Amino acid sequence: MTGVDLLEPLQYAFMQRALLVAVVAAVVCALLSCWLVLMGWSLMGDAVSHSVLPGVVLAYVVGAPFALGAVVFGVGAVALIGVVRGRGRIREDAAIGVVFTSLFALGLVLVSITPSQVDLGHIVFGNLLGVAAADVLQVLVVGAVVVAALLLKRRDLVLVAFDPTHAHAVGLSPRRLEALLLGLLALTSVVALQAVGVVLVVALLVIPGATARLLTERFSRMLVVAPAISALCALGGVWSSYFLDTASGPSIVVALGIVFAVTFLLAPRHGVLPQVWRRRRARRGGGTGTGAGAVRARARAAPAGRDGPRPRG
Amino acid sequence: MTAGIALTDVTVRYGDVVALERATLAVGAGRVCGLVGTNGSGKSTLLKALLGLVRPDGGTVTVAGGSPQAARRRALVAYVPQAEQVDVAFPLDVRGVVEQGRYGHLGPTRRLRPADRDAVEQALARVGLTDLAHRTVVALSGGQRKRAFVARALAQEASVLLLDEPFAGVDRPSQDTISGVLRELADGGACVVVATHDLAGLPELADEAALLAGRRVLVHDTPAVVLRPETLALTFGLGGER
Repeated sequence: MTGVDLLEPLQYAFMQRALLVAVVAAVVCALLSCWLVLMGWSLMGDAVSHSVLPGVVLAYVVGAPFALGAVVFGVGAVALIGVVRGRGRIREDAAIGVVFTSLFALGLVLVSITPSQVDLGHIVFGNLLGVAAADVLQVLVVGAVVVAALLLKRRDLVLVAFDPTHAHAVGLSPRRLEALLLGLLALTSVVALQAVGVVLVVALLVIPGATARLLTERFSRMLVVAPAISALCALGGVWSSYFLDTASGPSIVVALGIVFAVTFLLAPRHGVLPQVWRRRRARRGGGTGTGAGAVRARARAAPAGRDGPRPRG
Repeated sequence: MTAGIALTDVTVRYGDVVALERATLAVGAGRVCGLVGTNGSGKSTLLKALLGLVRPDGGTVTVAGGSPQAARRRALVAYVPQAEQVDVAFPLDVRGVVEQGRYGHLGPTRRLRPADRDAVEQALARVGLTDLAHRTVVALSGGQRKRAFVARALAQEASVLLLDEPFAGVDRPSQDTISGVLRELADGGACVVVATHDLAGLPELADEAALLAGRRVLVHDTPAVVLRPETLALTFGLGGER
């Protein structure tokens, strides 16, 4: 394949729009995913992204911006989950399962009875190659709002994720900040909907953060690593889909899955294979070895305990 | 009494369960008070009431001269949590944790000013963590972790400090450091309330002690009085376990 061949997709306006929307969606979702994976909210991302479907369909029907419908239903879903869980008999995972599947099904029913151009396949699996110029604008505006809000409030959101009691003690409202995060999640779902569809949105909302978590010990670096990985996978997915004639949205997710798998196996500190290699080297260094190399190897091989200091080196 | 904390006939219920019943306790500025009692005696609930995390079903709570809500809006109350209340695996370094102590004094984006950075560095130095400031929380020992949270409370420059089991799982040097810092803070005018199981260290740590049993404040006196065998026997006689 020549260089000219590789640039061929850029000759088409629909591919330019697809690449732009895919990268914007990937970056916005990846930023949010850093919080979701650390707060144990990945399932909430799944729930909200599915629950926005009826809102998006209704917005199409009445001619309102679909971001508005998505936020109303996304926030409504979170409130419903809280109500169901709040009764005490139903645990959170069951509450999430009940609410999001019901709302998602409602969305599918609405699509089936709506005499409009709303294509069920496009909503469920995305329609990157058919993104209109107006949709691009909406994705850019919504994406910019979400990124700006996340970056401006990142310190508060980190504190709430890490220690909500201290957040409360210094005068912040953990409840409001969590609501902000969930509202941004609903908005983000709208952005990602265009790129990969409802079903695969959760991949963009979870995999980049999970991958970055394997690569760095600093949240600030996660906020750089996750979007970078996600954007590259978006570009790679769309590009490969053009040449391989595959579905573009799922191609992005497959690329993310491959990167996660490689990271899971090879990440320098937390990867499976480097850990196995370090353990073997420690054993070969001899359990009784007292040289600096043997001690260092054993220290690296030992898992960091919650209560024990991690050795230097 | 000026500033400090005061609870008067405070009752807290979680649904049908009474967690604190007509508790009365007052600790003045410049004092260290140890809260002792068995698990479930109401120590943590009392701290939560002071933080405004639970709304009492009866009685009044005063913190730094006002309501708990007013105190926390002005970042006047610092809280050092139990280890298990915090996600220690969170990818944050020690300096980042201590910086969170300043958030109540900062603008909406919590950007630190030079004076805030100075306060953070001073707090790190006071607990002996300057050299470990770049380490992640998960890479610290239990004692170092606890010192990091004490440093965060120091950086907050609050007038009331609440600590929940600061000595649990903590090595002796860290325990001595924390005790020394709390003493200095009280001498500087802060009100310090410490929930602890460390009865042996109580006389050295605290000016006064409150014994909780059966969800009530049973005795509030000097550590020597509270630690008398006949007083402690009351705790186990009433049974604080749930």
